[in-house]
Amino acid sequence: MNTHKPLHFKTFAMILIMIIAGPLGNVLLGRGMKRVGAASITSLTSLAHVADSIFTNGWIWLGVASLLTFFIANILVLSWADYSFVQPASSMAYGVVALLSVLLLGESVTLLRWVGIAIICLGVFIVGRTHPRTTEHS
Amino acid sequence: MFKLIYFFMIVVAGTGGELCVSRAMKGIGEVHDFRPSAVLQVIGRALRKKWMWLGIGLMTLAFFSLLAVLSFEKVSFVVPVTALSYVAGALGGRFFLGERISLNRWTGICLVCIGVTLVFLGKG
Repeated sequence: MNTHKPLHFKTFAMILIMIIAGPLGNVLLGRGMKRVGAASITSLTSLAHVADSIFTNGWIWLGVASLLTFFIANILVLSWADYSFVQPASSMAYGVVALLSVLLLGESVTLLRWVGIAIICLGVFIVGRTHPRTTEHS
Repeated sequence: MFKLIYFFMIVVAGTGGELCVSRAMKGIGEVHDFRPSAVLQVIGRALRKKWMWLGIGLMTLAFFSLLAVLSFEKVSFVVPVTALSYVAGALGGRFFLGERISLNRWTGICLVCIGVTLVFLGKG
């Protein structure tokens, strides 16, 4: 029986969820935290004020929900695939996060940074061609 | 200085947290059933593992460090720089989880690191 293909389909389906939900979560958190502003915590009162600003911000909660989706996909895929495969393979998310930062937050990304992101994606491609499991079933 | 500490926490606590979660999930075994009730059962089993709680604690620390950095830096700068965790992750996978990392995988990880360096240098 060939169990190789289902393993790869499941793995890449979960990684696809991760590379969409993770970057989207980070971009939403970025939008939320820019509204909160750079925090200066000097006392318990200021800490409470910052915590209140964070936890009453809708963008933060949307970001947390998106990252939670990422986290669940992450722990599911880690139940069968190597951590050292999953982590680099999901790094395609770095390209997605830059793209979403430009499109949704209006950030400027320099040419050198895009080149860096392209090299990250090349690294991901090479890692993705290695077998996802190198250890035996427990 | 605070910026460096925040990045350090994101990379080290984040990677440590993921390694702990990975160790907990390996103890549960491969997930075959993806119906919501079955996934919830898996999450319930995972939450009974001490490694999972240690992992969640470390990832929470990394999360709040990430929030702090995002309040004053661009998302398109912060997130790629956190990919420095690849080296930590590969070393952790090798020595903490006993995974075997092939030459090809090391090559890919090295390219990711070079890419991250360029992202850092291309800070606009």
